[in-house]
Amino acid sequence: MGYDNEMTTIFTGISENEAFARTVIAAFVSRFNPTVAEITDVKTAVSEAVTNAIIHGYCKDTGMVEVMCAAKNRDIYIEVKDKGVGIADIDKAMTPLFTSKPDMERSGMGFTVMEAFMDSVTVESAPGCGTTVVMKKRLLG
Amino acid sequence: MEVNFLRNRNNLIFYFDCDLDHHNVSGLKEKIDKVISKNRPKNIIFDFSRVNFMDSSGVGLVLGRYKNLKSSGGDVKICGLSGEIKRIFMLSGLQKIIPTYTTADEAIVNE
Repeated sequence: MGYDNEMTTIFTGISENEAFARTVIAAFVSRFNPTVAEITDVKTAVSEAVTNAIIHGYCKDTGMVEVMCAAKNRDIYIEVKDKGVGIADIDKAMTPLFTSKPDMERSGMGFTVMEAFMDSVTVESAPGCGTTVVMKKRLLG
Repeated sequence: MEVNFLRNRNNLIFYFDCDLDHHNVSGLKEKIDKVISKNRPKNIIFDFSRVNFMDSSGVGLVLGRYKNLKSSGGDVKICGLSGEIKRIFMLSGLQKIIPTYTTADEAIVNE
């Protein structure tokens, strides 16, 4: 793929692993000398994407979540992938404050936070085919 | 998973001592609701000054308590927001309905 550095971690989609995922990403990104704010942005976006995979992708089942992170110069690429139920209407899912789980007191801000904290966010998904969230950010610090 | 609280007359102040992600918030909600229903305060303050990390799960936590308390006439306030946490609250629009203070002392109502 022509990256300078790349890593992939695959873990069980349980909520205990949300902290694990963002810690791993922070460790990987930290070698590119980001600012504290940039590290927090990336950690927050990954936390949102992994949480979505766990509570929306797999609902009541448990599956594996794959997080890939790569870097070229100071461009960071992140993919968060699940093999869960998928999303029928991606635009609706990405609408601020929309949540399919109001009973869980979800704020519906997950994708909005990802978009605010990263330079770009794209979602590839189809019902029954899982979801992949691709995020990019250029480190300026 | 840690949350501590302090009762000061009609004020109930919650201090978070952990990352506020989906995993931790799930357990905290029940704990907080039990303390609220036992103390029945007029003024509830969530202090984020010791929180190192928060994602949108923290917004859900505050919004959920706000909705629960609105019907009983209770007020919810937030304080001690770092730059990143403030940004998440601003994105959600929550600051339009929930008063924000620098410190818990400023948010306390003496009556």
